[in-house]
Amino acid sequence: MRETNTMKKYLSIFANGILTENPLLMLMIGLCSSLAVTTNIANGVGMGLAMTFVLVMSEVIISAFRRLIPDAIRIPVFIIIIASFTTIVDLVMKAYAPALSRAMGVFIPLIVVNCIIMGRVESFSYKRTVAESVFDALGMGVGYTWVLCLISLIREFLGDGRFFGHAILPERFQVKFFSQSPGGFLVFGLLIAVALAVNARIAKKGAAR
Amino acid sequence: MNDLVKIFLTAMLIDNVVLMRFIALCPFIGMSNDARKSVGMSLAVLFVTVLATAATWPLYMFVLKPMHLEFLQILTFILVIASLVQLVEFYLKKSAPALYGSMGVYLTLITTNCAILAVTFDVIAKGYGFAQSMTYAVGVASGFTLSLLLLAGIRERIKIAPVPDFLKGTPILFVAAALLAMSFGGFAGLIK
Repeated sequence: MRETNTMKKYLSIFANGILTENPLLMLMIGLCSSLAVTTNIANGVGMGLAMTFVLVMSEVIISAFRRLIPDAIRIPVFIIIIASFTTIVDLVMKAYAPALSRAMGVFIPLIVVNCIIMGRVESFSYKRTVAESVFDALGMGVGYTWVLCLISLIREFLGDGRFFGHAILPERFQVKFFSQSPGGFLVFGLLIAVALAVNARIAKKGAAR
Repeated sequence: MNDLVKIFLTAMLIDNVVLMRFIALCPFIGMSNDARKSVGMSLAVLFVTVLATAATWPLYMFVLKPMHLEFLQILTFILVIASLVQLVEFYLKKSAPALYGSMGVYLTLITTNCAILAVTFDVIAKGYGFAQSMTYAVGVASGFTLSLLLLAGIRERIKIAPVPDFLKGTPILFVAAALLAMSFGGFAGLIK
């Protein structure tokens, strides 16, 4: 009985990041990278994976050492830990996926100042156990990645006429607007609107029950 | 001189940091609900961006590069920026309390403002000299100020405009930002 309860707790922590507290659609933090790199699906997946890796590793390390980090200097300590993992991602990408690394440019170093990581570390893993932090980081990472994939799918299809890199829409039906920056803002704005509507409907159903 | 003007205009209008490159979106959405607040934030960003570039450029060129420590760029830059912001905060609190009152609150938020870290990385990647780097920093910060003030103005109009229920709240901001970005697209032919 107790086992199923702990299982349930971890699952609800994990599910939290996917919709109800989705970092991009609900909390609206860490937006920069999500709009800038999402002109095609490869970039979207790459950024999502890089972000998830840094998120999981930072949360694990920080929650493991949470009793040793003095309260007064916790922010600089967090920054150093996050920056170290970002450097690892940056170097690994440069070595094994140079094309992807060039396409992302400055947005890989910018993972350091991504508010999602700083926010989760400060509000969650600094107070919780390692296991809980892992599930929280995974949930947030998956929540971030799926939104990124969805945005890049829409923008790649409408702007470039491609679906997972295969050209399917002929040139004259493509709307270049979507692969440029205004399209990014518009697609993201509409996605937030949909997410808010879905969330409101779920809340209403929960209240009626 | 011509070269510097070109860098400034490109950084401010053509490659506008918020609308064209999606950097510093969090303060763009979070701080633009009040015109006075956005002026304070913009001033703080301008100040710290210039200062941070003036500190990190020599650090990279004269310390990291000769010692082949380029891989430490991310770590050192973010630490320099974070401690710089702290120092400025202490200094202002002590010697210019009036200025601190108008700018101080935003200083703490600035450490995680991507625009600053992005500028310090950009000038290295573009291979700019010192004068060019400083011009670029001022240009980017002015571009941030311009877009923040524009959105703050638009938000005041949105408050009294009939917005469809579906788009109320944040979604309409992104739609407004999309239209702003489209108009900034018109600057693309400004410099050949």
